[in-house]
Amino acid sequence: MRTSDEDRADAWFHALSDRTRRDILRRTLAEEQSVSALARNYPISLTAVQKHVAALERAGLVHRRRSGRETLARADVDGLRSASRLLEQIERRGREHITRIDELLEAEED
Amino acid sequence: MPVTDITHDLDARTITITAQFAATVERIWQIYADPRQLEKVWGPEGYPATVVDHDLRPGGLVTYFMTSPEGEKHPGYWRVLEVDEPHTFTYEDGFAHEDFSPNTDLPVSTCVSTFSAQDGGTRAVYVTTFADREGLQTVLDMGVEEGTRSAMNQIDALIA
Repeated sequence: MRTSDEDRADAWFHALSDRTRRDILRRTLAEEQSVSALARNYPISLTAVQKHVAALERAGLVHRRRSGRETLARADVDGLRSASRLLEQIERRGREHITRIDELLEAEED
Repeated sequence: MPVTDITHDLDARTITITAQFAATVERIWQIYADPRQLEKVWGPEGYPATVVDHDLRPGGLVTYFMTSPEGEKHPGYWRVLEVDEPHTFTYEDGFAHEDFSPNTDLPVSTCVSTFSAQDGGTRAVYVTTFADREGLQTVLDMGVEEGTRSAMNQIDALIA
């Protein structure tokens, strides 16, 4: 059991469990943004937004870079895509299972 | 459309799916209690399931394999934890080696299925929880190896 993998998984779940962080993720998926521009969207301090962005980066969901005096953030599309795809797939399999039960029952009625 | 609700709880690593079936609770239970019926409803599209052993009692094992379109077999198992026929049962869903022994390198999920009479039919609630975050991370890592067929098959097998 690798501690770094456990830490990374913890960070991922923590990052996505907050709606502000999810909103930051959506915005930075659309385009790279400066953290100060991001912060204008929320009724919380710049420091609080910086902490959210840092949490997203620890989870590997967002990358930060310096450009002059600004910090720019953009979402890591691959990391997010594989995570959400997994959940979508689980959901889809659950739906398939349920659909097939429905079909089995309908076939009996004929 | 039988599915009536789906919720994700990332912190609890859980997906909950609710469905409404036009059949009695006892009829729905039979689908899980009869291996020949279970085969018809288990597994993703294109991966028909074959149930081998079937003991739906606490401590019992259900073993099965799914057959890919290429003819590869993907074994899996349920380790049955709790049973309260015909209302609910709980099992661990895992990957298996060819001899159906649990493959402990790969993650398991715990599934709770509950059936109750509602509106002349059955309300079924399926709660799937990943046993641990490391397991989910393992599967996520596997997902990042996109393009590797075996990784995708294993993910398909997990979610079947």
